Amino acid sequence: MNLGEGVEVVSLVILAALITGAAMGVVLLPNIVYSAFLLGLVFLSMSGMYLLLNADFVAAAQILIYVGAVNVLILFAIMLVNRAEPYKTIKGGVLRNLVTGVVCVSLFSLLTYTVTTIQWHTSYAIAALPSTIVVLAKHFFSDYLLPFELVSVLLLMALVGAIILARREFVPDAIAIGYPQEEALELLERPKLPVADRS
Amino acid sequence: MVLEAFLIVAAALFCIGIYGLITSRNAVRVLMSIELMLNAVNLNLIAFSNYLDSVEIKGQVFSVFVITIAAAEAAVGLAIILSIYRSRDTVDMEQFNLLRW
Repeated sequence: MNLGEGVEVVSLVILAALITGAAMGVVLLPNIVYSAFLLGLVFLSMSGMYLLLNADFVAAAQILIYVGAVNVLILFAIMLVNRAEPYKTIKGGVLRNLVTGVVCVSLFSLLTYTVTTIQWHTSYAIAALPSTIVVLAKHFFSDYLLPFELVSVLLLMALVGAIILARREFVPDAIAIGYPQEEALELLERPKLPVADRS
Repeated sequence: MVLEAFLIVAAALFCIGIYGLITSRNAVRVLMSIELMLNAVNLNLIAFSNYLDSVEIKGQVFSVFVITIAAAEAAVGLAIILSIYRSRDTVDMEQFNLLRW
């Protein structure tokens, strides 16, 4: 074992401990703001894992998309919907948590048993690519061109769908109660009162 | 030996995600658990692409697709949660019985 392997093993252990600990915090902490920040820690240490696995482009994309976009989106959603509400205890809630914990632990032990008993035919001479970005770009623009374009269409659809779902929908009777309609290019919205109050 | 270590970490992350998906009451935390599970899948894909297919790294291609789909899913899911919060005035998963019966 030379120095490089030792550094790899040590950083793998540290990253694995960070990932599992922070993920437990995400699931178990009662304050959801703490869980959102711990989720960012999970994403950051996951990109460190990708660096250990020679995937530099995916590590950069992980930091850009997950930490920069998804985590910020989740924080904004928490700020929009966060209100201290005491959850009513439901019938059999503790039993449900116990059963779920038992199922998850047994699933994890089954997966661990399967992973450790299978003889993996790994190629221990890992090819030294010049750059993973070149190989990935060749894949994206030759044999995975159709999924690449479909994913871009899907991103556009998700963008439009998220806007449609999140804005207060416009109903024509809002005009009748004096809603201003002279701005033709304005995105018309329902007047700002919660839906629960109207019904 | 190292491939097994990555796979075990991914399995642990996936199981934690399943536990959070089933037991959490807050709807935003359910979305976070889904993100954890997607990250576990990504770790599996990249570990296999490094150790079994290190010349044509097709696992990394698939993980980029998974990251894209996860971003779209987070945007739409949070918009749905916001819309439900406007109409029901809560984010408790036990009170979302609109489509239940």
